[in-house]
Amino acid sequence: MIQLLAFYLFAALVVASGLLVILARNPVHSVLWLILAFFNAAGLMILIGAEFIAMLLVIVYVGAVAVLFLFVVMMLDIDFATLRAGLVKNFPLGLSIALILLAELVLGLGANSAGVLHLGVADGNAAPLAGAPNIEAIGAVLYSRYLFLFEAAGVVLLVAMIGAIVLTHRERGGIKPQNISKQVARRPEEATVNTQPEVGKGVSL
Amino acid sequence: MIGIEHYIVVSSILFVLGVLGIFLNRKNIIVILMAIELILLSVNINFVAFSAFLHDLVGQIFAMFVLTVAAGEAAVGLAILVIYFRARGSIAVDDVNRMKG
Repeated sequence: MIQLLAFYLFAALVVASGLLVILARNPVHSVLWLILAFFNAAGLMILIGAEFIAMLLVIVYVGAVAVLFLFVVMMLDIDFATLRAGLVKNFPLGLSIALILLAELVLGLGANSAGVLHLGVADGNAAPLAGAPNIEAIGAVLYSRYLFLFEAAGVVLLVAMIGAIVLTHRERGGIKPQNISKQVARRPEEATVNTQPEVGKGVSL
Repeated sequence: MIGIEHYIVVSSILFVLGVLGIFLNRKNIIVILMAIELILLSVNINFVAFSAFLHDLVGQIFAMFVLTVAAGEAAVGLAILVIYFRARGSIAVDDVNRMKG
């Protein structure tokens, strides 16, 4: 019973905050609603026992992606009012396409519950370990059968990181960087000079 | 008791909301990127729900890879957005025609 209540709470909140993401006037509010949607989706995943993916969702999406969005929205000085100008004009087209898509999805779901489609059953190669927590079961599969895919995911992240750095990096003129080889090559003979000035003349440097 | 249909309905609604967001905010590429994140989130919910109800962990592994690609996509997309804003002073994607494509 409490599980069902929690499901409806999380589901209603994730749908409502998803709606507010696309309708909010201010993109900063959009990002905040997106964070709420991610938290509630993580709650939905915890309800069916996928704790690891739920925590990953909170850490990666809320902790990294949403903060990145927030950072970019606040860093760029954008006039958001002009960007919303086409909202009313695009509304009928967008709504009709969304309704068609939803009708198709409902049709598929209805066909499935009428028993027309066969989803098939899992082959049992990646069944969760009996009695082990979710993280242990995922680790046992991920680091054995899917090891190379896991490393490929690491390569994807590396390429994304290098790409983002290369894209946004810019050379700025007029700065004085440290020249380490020049500093190391400095010798006392060329750095200091020994003079014996006459009295009252001073030294010219 | 919660069945898989509940999860499929939630993820379908979220997916449709993401598509609607792309159509409604055609000029604001930041909100378009957020709508794409919503679509990927709905896909992840679907993967995890099927993984849990079919007792097969591959769905959760694949959800992890979807998460990886989503993070990379957000990083590169926002980097392109930043350099575009630097060059043009605006992010209105309606009149992006620099490459005359």
